[in-house]
Amino acid sequence: MSAPAETQQRRTDETPAMTALRSKDLLGIAELTTGEIALILDTAEAMKEVGERPIKKVPALRGKTVVNLFFEPSTRTRTSFEIAEKRLSADTLNIAVATSSVVKGETLADTALNLEAMRPDMIVLRHSSSGACHLLSRICRSAIINAGDGMHEHPTQALLDAFTIREHKKRLAGLKVAIIGDLLHSRVLRSNIHLLTKMGSDVWVCGPPTLIPADIGRFGVRATSAVDEAVTDADVIMLLRIQLERMEGAYFPSLREYFNVFGMTEARLRRAKPDVMIMHPGPMNRGVEIASEVADGPYSVILEQVANGVAVRMAVLYLLAGGAEHEAAA
Amino acid sequence: MPVVMDADRIGRTLTRIAHEIVERNRGVEDLALVGVRTRGVPLARRIAKSLREITGHEVPTGALDITLYRDDLMRQSVGPQPLVRRTEIPFSIDDKKILLVDDVLYTGRTTRAALDALIDYGRPRGIQLIVLVDRGHRELPIKADYVGKNLPTSLEESVQVYLQESDGRDEVVLQQPQGGAV
Amino acid sequence: MKRLLKGGRVVDPSNGIDGVRDVLIDGDRIAAVGRDLPVNGATVVEIPAGFVVCPGFIDMHVHLREPGQEHKETVATGTAAAVAGGFTAVACMPNTSPVNDNANVTAYILARAAEANLARVYPIGAVSRGSKGELLADIAELKDAGCVAITDDGHPVATALLLRRALEYAGMFGMPVIDHCEDPSLKGDAVAHEGYQAAALGLPGMPGACEALGVERGTLLAELTGSHFHVAHMSARASLRTVRKGKEAGVRVTCEVAPHHFTLTDEALASPIPYDTNTKMNPPLREAADRDAMLSGIADGSIDAIATDHAPHHYDEKNVEFDRAPFGIVGLETAVPLALDRLVHAGLIRLPRLVELLSVNPARILRVPGGTLVPGAPADVTILAPDLTVRVEAAALRSRSKNTPFDGWELRGGVAATIVGGRTLFVNAVVEGLKEL
Repeated sequence: MSAPAETQQRRTDETPAMTALRSKDLLGIAELTTGEIALILDTAEAMKEVGERPIKKVPALRGKTVVNLFFEPSTRTRTSFEIAEKRLSADTLNIAVATSSVVKGETLADTALNLEAMRPDMIVLRHSSSGACHLLSRICRSAIINAGDGMHEHPTQALLDAFTIREHKKRLAGLKVAIIGDLLHSRVLRSNIHLLTKMGSDVWVCGPPTLIPADIGRFGVRATSAVDEAVTDADVIMLLRIQLERMEGAYFPSLREYFNVFGMTEARLRRAKPDVMIMHPGPMNRGVEIASEVADGPYSVILEQVANGVAVRMAVLYLLAGGAEHEAAA
Repeated sequence: MPVVMDADRIGRTLTRIAHEIVERNRGVEDLALVGVRTRGVPLARRIAKSLREITGHEVPTGALDITLYRDDLMRQSVGPQPLVRRTEIPFSIDDKKILLVDDVLYTGRTTRAALDALIDYGRPRGIQLIVLVDRGHRELPIKADYVGKNLPTSLEESVQVYLQESDGRDEVVLQQPQGGAV
Repeated sequence: MKRLLKGGRVVDPSNGIDGVRDVLIDGDRIAAVGRDLPVNGATVVEIPAGFVVCPGFIDMHVHLREPGQEHKETVATGTAAAVAGGFTAVACMPNTSPVNDNANVTAYILARAAEANLARVYPIGAVSRGSKGELLADIAELKDAGCVAITDDGHPVATALLLRRALEYAGMFGMPVIDHCEDPSLKGDAVAHEGYQAAALGLPGMPGACEALGVERGTLLAELTGSHFHVAHMSARASLRTVRKGKEAGVRVTCEVAPHHFTLTDEALASPIPYDTNTKMNPPLREAADRDAMLSGIADGSIDAIATDHAPHHYDEKNVEFDRAPFGIVGLETAVPLALDRLVHAGLIRLPRLVELLSVNPARILRVPGGTLVPGAPADVTILAPDLTVRVEAAALRSRSKNTPFDGWELRGGVAATIVGGRTLFVNAVVEGLKEL
């Protein structure tokens, strides 16, 4: 993609090699190539170092305006994005649903156009409708970063999960990753499936048949409702949140029964590899999808995931800040 | 493409710079080397090796990535972002005399970025600048303390440093402007 | 005033005609169809070679939106779209505001249709008052006012009991009951077909079984009551299986399929425009096996009619998140090109079968005039240009709404002209030789 270094007539003491994402937006992992995923993860390593310095701030996004547009409550993801933006010196603006004009009946398209009129550089969108980011991306010139859309994708979560796995295991290819929980309603699942299968992991998904999406086999994963089978020899076990209201849809009889059949306990964990990692995108339901001893146990990397979230989001913000089109060399 | 420094010349130059460092600082106490990525890093390591041979002392060495501090980063309205690499400075720079190492000194903007980046890591006692080649055309009031070679150039020319560690050979080349659109 | 349409290929399956014939129109009636008819003072219109003269097409499933939702469509704009699409008559659904559950609303629709004076309009009345699924509407009154069938379309008839009663009661008047077949509990909050695409896009899905349960219910009750049950906009292969079995058993069950269900699959939700709300309709675009089943039902005769389920929605209503957008697309002006391209030119059926699906059978199911060029029949004629290249342009549609997923499509086969009651109401500007029509 990039021309050989020698032909670029660059100032040799100034410009390192250039490489970029192809799209102006990050809508989902589905749209990314393995090269782009690797670029984000590599960049996140450098960003992680920024967070370890005495002064955790670099001027990279000085003068850039980032709007965090959240139509769903999310302390964790919004905070993580906001810290990432501030560490890169961007100006950040938080718009939460309660304070937005949406309650007055404005459409998402109109909200977006009004924001756009104020010329932000990037919009980080969290929305309860699948595809809301695609809609925004068609309307807006700003870069759109998907911070979770309905049941569709949550790409930065999958990237931070992959980053955390790679830190521990030094690779993603060939690892057995078991994802257990409410598969049907999980955007984290979809993003992780796309990412991990692209990077060559052996992905197993597990949950009650009522919570397994249709045609799951076409995603390139193995699906089972036998939790022991999913856990056996797993390198990574990722647990997904079980929402209380799912009982009402008759997806399973009770939280107690769910825990008995699918909950991750120390006993179940013994079937996994000795150096298994336990992951959870949060927020956790202790005693439902995960026993407290496991959540707080030696295999758990749940808090590392949170820490890495900032680095990964810094990487995404940084890489998208330049835009997608390749400027002709001046 | 004229070769302005060959492997032998680069080696002797770095040894000479190491001697100048010891002489000027009256030893290597409180010194630390920080190479600017990419090619400043192997140069810093070679200088550290020379300093060890001369003085028997190990000078701590780090690597600095200045990408996030570049003043041209957000000036292009659209365009791919330069690759960010990890900064690795595994020691405190507080009260150290930092020897900042880069391959080519040109406009001075990289050095400006490096100084800003470095100061985010602590408060060194002083910073000295080492460059293998100074090709002139400064745009900022910056001057090197140790210069391997002063190389007068025109703006159209470019200077390329090749090092064994990254390029498989040691060579400094002065490239003439190429014909055609670039 | 007499006109002689000379030298066209006449396809009139009701009379077993498929060949070059002349058609003599006298006023608002067909006077004669035959070889080399004498001119006898009639105005002669030479039909260009390759053009096809058929009995007028009838779209038995259209939402004209009037009264109440005139920002989407009116009787006038909808019937203008109909004649531009080759339809000489449309049957309009009762889910207006207010619902067409009484003679006043029916009379209002017919008055607007008379004002517009374009395609014929056959109102379809509601099964239940307000389509609320509780009390039967005044069906005899609706029939007298001009309704040709009853349905609670938009929703299924609420209960099996109500459907049974509706079948029994409407049977008295020889009216079919048309049902939007769907099990509401199985549908839930679904906005797409349950399958890989919905799973990947994170959209709640409804399986084909959701529709097939409704088809099964209606077929069993048609058998029980001996009345005529008609399946609206069938989309699932399991539904087709049920209809076939019912027909084999002699049950009075008929069904229609919409052009989008024999053309598109749920892949259209993902590409070319991800989450394009113009791919959202109910029943949803289904997987390839379902689409292929619809094609096979069209080919083997088990599907009776092609009906568009023309469902206009304003741009603003569709320019929202996928799950918040209303279901439905416009279809009147794309149905004939899609049918010619995907069914006839694809080699699946021949023209006489197409005319059955678009004219003969809808007339038979609704028991309305038309569907034939027999002397004495209304002079409702659709003239096709089967080899015309048609480029669909949403912005150029006559319908007040432009919500089509076929924008920019190039299709082979189009409408050359539409004649309603002897009046030429549409001549395609791009075809040559019909200026004097």
